Amino acid sequence: MQRIGVFVCWCGSNIAGTVDVQAVSDALKNEPGVVFSANYQYMCSQAGQNLIKEAIAEHRLTGIVVCSCSPRMHEATFRKTAAAAGINPYMVEIANIREQCSWVHKDMLTGTEKAIILGKAAVAKVNLNTPLTPGESPVTKRALVIGGGIAGIQTALDIADAGFPVDIVETKPTIGGKMAQLDKTFPTLDCAACILTPKMVDVAQNENIRIFSYSEVTAVKGFVGNFDVTIKKKARYVNEDVCTGCGACVEKCPMKKVPNEFNLNMDNRTAIYIPFAQAVPKVATIDPMHCNMLKNGKCGVCSKVCAAGAIDYKQQDQYIEEKYGAIVVATGFNPISMDKFDEYAYNQSKDVITSLEFERLTNAAGPTAGKLLRPSDHKHPHTIVFVQCVGSRCSACAEKGKEYCSKICCMYTAKHAMLTRDKYPDTEVYVFYIDVRTPGKNFDEFYRRAVEEYGVHYIKGMVGKVSPEGDKLKVQASDLLNNKQLHIDADLVVLAAAIEPDKSARPLATMLTASMDTNDFFTEAHPKLRPVESPTAGVFLSGACQGPKDIPETVSQASAAASKVISLLVKDKLTGNPCVASSDELMCNGCSSCERVCPYGAITYVDKEFRMPNRTIAIRRVAQVNPAVCQGCGACTVACPSGAMDLKGFANNQIVAEVDAICK
Amino acid sequence: MQKITRDVLVEKAASLLENGTVDRVLGWKKGEFDYDLTPAVFTSADDLKDLVWNDFCGANFSKYLIANTKKSASKVLVFLKPCDTYSFNQLLTEHRFDREKVYAIGIPCEGMADISKIKAVTGDGISSIECGEKINVTTIYSDDTVSFDLSDVMAERCVNCKSKKHVAYDELIGEEGDVIESGRFDEVERIENMTADERYAFWQNELSRCIRCNACRDVCPACTCEKCVFDNPNHSLENKAPATSFEEKMFHIIRAFHVAGRCTDCGECSRVCPQNIPLHLLNRKFIKDMNTHYGEYQAGAEVGSRAPLVNYTTEDVEPGDVFEGRE
Repeated sequence: MQRIGVFVCWCGSNIAGTVDVQAVSDALKNEPGVVFSANYQYMCSQAGQNLIKEAIAEHRLTGIVVCSCSPRMHEATFRKTAAAAGINPYMVEIANIREQCSWVHKDMLTGTEKAIILGKAAVAKVNLNTPLTPGESPVTKRALVIGGGIAGIQTALDIADAGFPVDIVETKPTIGGKMAQLDKTFPTLDCAACILTPKMVDVAQNENIRIFSYSEVTAVKGFVGNFDVTIKKKARYVNEDVCTGCGACVEKCPMKKVPNEFNLNMDNRTAIYIPFAQAVPKVATIDPMHCNMLKNGKCGVCSKVCAAGAIDYKQQDQYIEEKYGAIVVATGFNPISMDKFDEYAYNQSKDVITSLEFERLTNAAGPTAGKLLRPSDHKHPHTIVFVQCVGSRCSACAEKGKEYCSKICCMYTAKHAMLTRDKYPDTEVYVFYIDVRTPGKNFDEFYRRAVEEYGVHYIKGMVGKVSPEGDKLKVQASDLLNNKQLHIDADLVVLAAAIEPDKSARPLATMLTASMDTNDFFTEAHPKLRPVESPTAGVFLSGACQGPKDIPETVSQASAAASKVISLLVKDKLTGNPCVASSDELMCNGCSSCERVCPYGAITYVDKEFRMPNRTIAIRRVAQVNPAVCQGCGACTVACPSGAMDLKGFANNQIVAEVDAICK
Repeated sequence: MQKITRDVLVEKAASLLENGTVDRVLGWKKGEFDYDLTPAVFTSADDLKDLVWNDFCGANFSKYLIANTKKSASKVLVFLKPCDTYSFNQLLTEHRFDREKVYAIGIPCEGMADISKIKAVTGDGISSIECGEKINVTTIYSDDTVSFDLSDVMAERCVNCKSKKHVAYDELIGEEGDVIESGRFDEVERIENMTADERYAFWQNELSRCIRCNACRDVCPACTCEKCVFDNPNHSLENKAPATSFEEKMFHIIRAFHVAGRCTDCGECSRVCPQNIPLHLLNRKFIKDMNTHYGEYQAGAEVGSRAPLVNYTTEDVEPGDVFEGRE
């Protein structure tokens, strides 16, 4: 029989305001096994913990129930307290009478009644608890960064700097991500390439970093410290180790009419291509959709002009399997599709463009060599209308757009407007906005400069319609401050499209068993206190995959994620979770159901001899769990038809006892 | 009437026993009544005189292989009707017996008679039954013989037969059939369309007749645990079911959950139920739901297949969608 102590916490008035804590500790005093019951203002304080330790010693307690906040807050605290007092930390149960009780009830009577029931359930469970000892598992000292944008680059550099090997997996032929496509960066207006490309070169030169470009993650198995990852290296038909990036093939390739995705299809590239001059790795890639040689075997020019002999038309997709201790997700963002925003005539007129397209139009390496020219007739635009919040901050009931603020648009639109006025003072620039949001160091000053020094017309109100007429775009908009309708004949309309997580994020989240929100942004382990960790142990978040972010924020989060990875990789062993599955071999019928559902491959079957009645021996096939590999998810216990598989610390009989206590 | 005769089976069994291929034969034997055919083990050609094959050989021998392969020094000969072969495969999927120790002969089946349908006409006092072209029944009530066509008294599971195709055998006697599009889910659909109260009343009426004789569990080829959770004092369920007036429902619902995804819909549970409870409907509801939500799946159609409930694919329906009734 257990000797159980019950400790009811007031949590100041957080619990005591809605729950009669005295009544709870009195009621639980009479539960089976309980020999001591008390309440105290802050059980997690040093004094509260001492109260527990003293009670354990004085009443020779074998287990304790703490009625307090969520176990996610203080279970670890009280387990340590129990261990310090000499009882097994797994003889501690938490009854969550704060989040699940006092915070959700207003009425003292209901709150108290429920707190008592939750306490009874925890007591019933402790009565069946057994001491547990955790095992250990080794840590593979290598990190995987998925995504090679500025987030992935910064994370990889920081981890590599600490001396750990890192692999970057990037789907595109080069790392660099969205930042490589930008022209200038707010609020200091440094050129994006000038500050990004040195970092890309650092990555390429770092001995600890391997880049898998033109590759994707296809399978993830395992758990924190021991992930097994399969990486698909797509065939680029060019031998990466041999290609010098000289570009002779690109020059001679006869297939010159392939839409150039790096310039957002505003100009063309060749079928064999290097996305941009500073690409890393600087290696050509053949686009199999457009290469004549690969499509019908007629061409082969690139292989003839390649002095290095790097072209290999027979190259196959390659699958690489590698072990990692930690995985960082840095899959980034994309502007949303403008297909549903017909009012802005994006699909009707070439001169209605998105802000990212505007970046390319003003970039010296872009389709117009940095001259701001209209895509339709290559004339200089004299009136430009910028529309903010296109698809951002939409109402939940609207069938298009996102509810959230994309965060970066206010600043980059101010940048676009300012730079346009700076370079082309003869241009009238209008910005239509709902609100201008500029929290950030030097951000508001930047925006005010656009208005005050550069004379950008900021108009509060939304554009209702854009209709192409002749070579003009008729913009109909409302000016809410002056309460009037505006009609502007614009030459160019720039839409600040909302951003959304990359499409690869959801299948990746499934592979990683990492959680996402309704917008497909990865969820943090805690929105304030653990912002760069996913709730899945060993999976970390870097950059815009977690939510809209500008570059400074992305970089600081990337470094934060790296530091979390480093503090994981420096450990030689991780203390496991003792709440693992185990099979009762006498009950196991060898059906393999558990083996099939185990996501970690922790279950194996052995033929084992059993002594049977009348001195006979029977050989039976039974399940065995490797406790070092088992993560305690419990899938096997549900799949087992015989009830032979059970989870330590969450055994079926413990859970049924809790339910019984609640239903009594 | 069955297409092959008893003598064909006896001859086959006798020769296999004689040449030492098998040392045990699983077959049907007359029980207390002519319609009451019990599974039996025959170990010599002499024994085989008692082997019966007629319209009452409903028993599925797959489960008997677990015990009998352990007792056999060579192989066990088993006769499998098409529906029995699904159970056979499912048991192999679950590693319940050694395939090497079995000699399986697939035999065609024209459907089996349901004695309760005959008794509904003749009354309980049946003194003899003869199976030929027709099923001829004599009773204690008169000297007249009442004749039935098999098709008129066929068991529900055979009326809604899902397959005349054998999915496993070493040797096939007679002609192979096909998988059949049956109306086996019609009754499930009818119950689904009831209101919650009607449905509760329906099951209350059916399950309250249960006497917990455990026949359904004992005959079920999916119920092959070393020790049933209902008999295991260490299992939290054991003392749950009998502790409540809801006992019978609890027992059957838990059992249906335990066999979900593994039940081949062989219908043995309903056949052996002395209270004529349509237990197969519970299992069919699970099968129907799995088919709807995860795509068509037939347990036992092949060895080693992964039932949807112990498998995960990214195309799987979200639990929320199931709850909301979306497909």
